[in-house]
Amino acid sequence: MTEPIITFEKVNKWYGNNFHVLRDIDLSVAKGERIVVCGPSGSGKSTMIRCINRLEEHQQGRLVVDGTELTDDVKAIDQVRKEVGMVFQQFNLFPHLTVLENLTLSPIWVGKMPKKEAEERAMAQLKRVRIAEQAGKYPLQLSGGQQQRVAIARALCLKPKIMLFDEPTSALDPEMIKEVLDVMVEMASQGITMICVTHEMGFAKAVADRVIFMDQGQIVEQNTPHEFFNHPQNERSRDFLSKILGH
Amino acid sequence: MTAKTFEPIAPRPAPVRTDGPVAWAKQNLFADWKTSAGTLMILGLLLWWAPQFFNWAVVNAMWRPDAEACRADGIGACWGVVAEKYRLIIFGRYPFDEQWRPLVATCLMVGLLVISCIRYCWKPWLPVVCVAVLAAFFTLMYGDTMGLTKVETDRWGGLPLTILLASLSIVMAFPIALVVALGRRSNLPAIRSFCTIYVELIRGVPLISVLFMASFMFPLFMPQGLTIDVLIRVLVGITLFAAAYMAEVIRGGLQAIPKGQIEAAATLGLSYWQTQFKIVLPQALAMVVPGIMNNFIAIFKDTSLVTIVSLYELTGALGLALNSDADWRPYKIEGYLFIAMIYFGFCFAMSRYSLWVEKQVNKSKLR
Repeated sequence: MTEPIITFEKVNKWYGNNFHVLRDIDLSVAKGERIVVCGPSGSGKSTMIRCINRLEEHQQGRLVVDGTELTDDVKAIDQVRKEVGMVFQQFNLFPHLTVLENLTLSPIWVGKMPKKEAEERAMAQLKRVRIAEQAGKYPLQLSGGQQQRVAIARALCLKPKIMLFDEPTSALDPEMIKEVLDVMVEMASQGITMICVTHEMGFAKAVADRVIFMDQGQIVEQNTPHEFFNHPQNERSRDFLSKILGH
Repeated sequence: MTAKTFEPIAPRPAPVRTDGPVAWAKQNLFADWKTSAGTLMILGLLLWWAPQFFNWAVVNAMWRPDAEACRADGIGACWGVVAEKYRLIIFGRYPFDEQWRPLVATCLMVGLLVISCIRYCWKPWLPVVCVAVLAAFFTLMYGDTMGLTKVETDRWGGLPLTILLASLSIVMAFPIALVVALGRRSNLPAIRSFCTIYVELIRGVPLISVLFMASFMFPLFMPQGLTIDVLIRVLVGITLFAAAYMAEVIRGGLQAIPKGQIEAAATLGLSYWQTQFKIVLPQALAMVVPGIMNNFIAIFKDTSLVTIVSLYELTGALGLALNSDADWRPYKIEGYLFIAMIYFGFCFAMSRYSLWVEKQVNKSKLR
């Protein structure tokens, strides 16, 4: 196995004093690995991936992303955020900016890229997610699926090494889920490290190298999709799978 | 089996007209007996009151600046008071022979305010023009250079003073309000409590007492020999007062921005200030345009309180003009109607402009 790009070592996190949301998380992610995280709601999946780009801070343990340890050091956080793109459940596009401006904002203001070059790169990313013709519209003029594809393109504009997906299809109508998953499948074939919190088990089977099952702030089981879906080892994961695959 | 042929039903007009003035009146004014009664009552009041006002204001009015004739006439408005006193009302105690200076200065200032509201003029040269116009305004008003005689600021008055105080305090209060609003949401406790204390202290006292302190108490704490012009002290007072209120309006807008917007900005690597200026403030301010304009209009009218520290802006100048003259003192109502029209003109323009701004900033929400 190659040098891991993300390492969790006994990471713990509490909300307030009494809510122990992440408990002794140990995880290492290899470069280019595609991981799907699943589990019941409130199990800490989102919190875990949000620790990777420090949207949440952990209180105990070590978390190293691409050679940089995440601490209170602002420079380290900035460094990590340059390498990590994120896609949210609620898209979080900037509604007052056009699609194109959403994509070029960070390259121009953070990356100090000339406007023209940033726009060319943005258009290339929009083509990649098959939405280039909507570049001049405002986000609220698009459908949910289109908005989420714009959000993916926006994250890709920064050429991240790691992409985090926090339930990217949970806020979408069933018909739109496929168009977003198609884009994610295409991305998965290009060697980017992906960590995806999702309940789309079809997606997990198709692209994941590893499935992680969490419950009550712990990693209960991790395995290849084939093994995980066909021979779950832990009774908790068996119970969960029977519920989501049973109908 | 033969298919049925389609036979369209010929279109018919609606049995009851639903458009046109008659239908509108029927729906809105005489829908049932209660609305009809209300309509008739209001109509009756208008018919009773409007002709009286019209008679007073126009038919029986005396237009010549002749106090004797006004008193003899006695039943109509005496607009002569405006004709007689308008220069004193509009320019206050400014030396009579030099009043062309405030006139030019005011025209320049109003012109600047108008062009800075037009999108076409939002060019790099606009700040240069602003500085030039302000410099011209103060040079013209103060004089003491280029052959103009010196006129101390305590003799400035009337409309030029109102416009100067209102526009400068609006322009200065807005950035202060932005910073204070952001400061009250800061993660740093020192900044947060400083901003909170500032807002609570200023909001807790009436503007009159702020002006009073700025004018009379502040100089007591200054070192001997050092004096700051009363106009500047009052300007600072109004600015700080207005900023506290505006900060709260803006903070309301900031609170409405979803946390996800800030998280998205963070994942894109934007710094705190970039996030505020590119993401948070544009959306927050767009939401509170009506509230901010409310503040602007309030400031414009609150400048009338500077009378208590002996600066005679429009309202103060009216009092000055009429109280000192026993012949014209009875016709204060006409004078107040005159300046009310001036105030209304400015405030109405501001409120129309705010509607236009709202339309502009809501473009991204149109489908």
